[in-house]
Amino acid sequence: MLSGYDAIVIGASAGGFSALGELLPQLPAGLPQAVVVVQHLHPRGGEYLVEYLNSHCAMPVKEAEDKEPILPGVIYVAPAQYHLLIEQDRIFSLSVDDKVNYSRPSIDILFSSAAAAYGPCLIGIILTGANADGACGLALIKERGGLTIVQEPKTAETPLMPQAAINQTGGPNHILPLAEIAGLLR
Amino acid sequence: MEAHSIEAIEIDLLLEAIFRRYGYDFRHYARASIERRIKVGMDRLDCHPLSELTRRILHEPSFFQELLNSFSITVTEMFRDPEVYACLRNQVVPYLATYPFIKVWHAGCATGEEVYSLAIVLAEEGILERTTIYATDFNETALMTAKDGIYPLDRVQTFSANYQESGGRTTLADYYHAEYDSMIITQSVKKNITFARHNLASDQVFGEMHLIICRNVLIYFDRTLQEKVLTLFDDSLIDNGFLCLGSKESLRFSALADRYLGFAPPHKVYRKRRDDQGGGNRSPHDSSASTGSYLC
Repeated sequence: MLSGYDAIVIGASAGGFSALGELLPQLPAGLPQAVVVVQHLHPRGGEYLVEYLNSHCAMPVKEAEDKEPILPGVIYVAPAQYHLLIEQDRIFSLSVDDKVNYSRPSIDILFSSAAAAYGPCLIGIILTGANADGACGLALIKERGGLTIVQEPKTAETPLMPQAAINQTGGPNHILPLAEIAGLLR
Repeated sequence: MEAHSIEAIEIDLLLEAIFRRYGYDFRHYARASIERRIKVGMDRLDCHPLSELTRRILHEPSFFQELLNSFSITVTEMFRDPEVYACLRNQVVPYLATYPFIKVWHAGCATGEEVYSLAIVLAEEGILERTTIYATDFNETALMTAKDGIYPLDRVQTFSANYQESGGRTTLADYYHAEYDSMIITQSVKKNITFARHNLASDQVFGEMHLIICRNVLIYFDRTLQEKVLTLFDDSLIDNGFLCLGSKESLRFSALADRYLGFAPPHKVYRKRRDDQGGGNRSPHDSSASTGSYLC
């Protein structure tokens, strides 16, 4: 288990549903970090993801709410059609600003605000996906001294997003297949 | 001191400068969102670093206006979240219809798509004629677009699909005409709407309302400003009046929560209790007692 970290932010797009379904159930109840997930979704698919994960994870899973305090040991999922941001005092804010990288929620928006709020106490993870969302955000996490992890592109259902994140960060701390990412976190 | 700590000071100074120079108070906006909008604005206006932005804002009102526009660009559509409009039509309108005249406040109306949606619902339910809708926003540019009621024609498809899904009684085409690449909202929909500038962060109550709609505005505020605005709404609503918030907004964390019933909880429609109802006793003739549920 990793110490010295308060939160884990995870970004996933195409193929993310099954990747998250594999990764998150491996995290133990009582994890000392909060886990915050952006999965690019169909406009109305958000609730199903929360329901599905909740029935498969040891950690409680819920949709992130506006101005909700972020607690360790909980998995928060960004609601469909809203950007999810983290404030300095570690509460969530939502926004309906324009899409970023054709996406709302955008991984870059979550990651960059999380980097500002958590600094070096943050772990950022980019999983499978078909666009470059999250690459800039992950680079920012690295710049602020956080730990950066990217799913090994050749093991990802769609390699484009992890590859973009690797390129943008100039090399994350870890490039791992899913199973090993879970091993590193738990 | 690290670069990002210095940046935080610069953002404080910028927001303070905007407030003292122009009276717009963004100091209690949700900080992460406003910081992002400042950065987007800086890129769009090609003005770096932050200290230069602050300097130009202090000395160039027109430049400030440009930044202000990028601060409050929100994307919306007609009948956004169609199920909310179905709820207003089927559940709220029957109550509104019992009043001889009706006042509605659409706070933070942005470019107006949702105001016209509401007007169409009220028209189809036969009460628009005795309703005045006050549609307000602090952004004058957005208000002008709202007032014009002209939108790109390529959005019609989405708008129409939403309208049908919301339980529209005819076709959306009855409420606009197409001209070149635009759809223009018809006068019959517009005539009972008053557009006005109003800043929720600093302006006051301006009337007694039967229904207040304010969707996806509170999420941009911090808790302090949220509470202040909810109090403003509370002061503006008649007893038994309705408050409709955004799908991801709620009264749950507010000190005002026990002054309201969760009238249609999934759609974030609340109903203000009568003043003499105190802790929750409702009068027997208030028929919402049978259908309304407590806040959840």
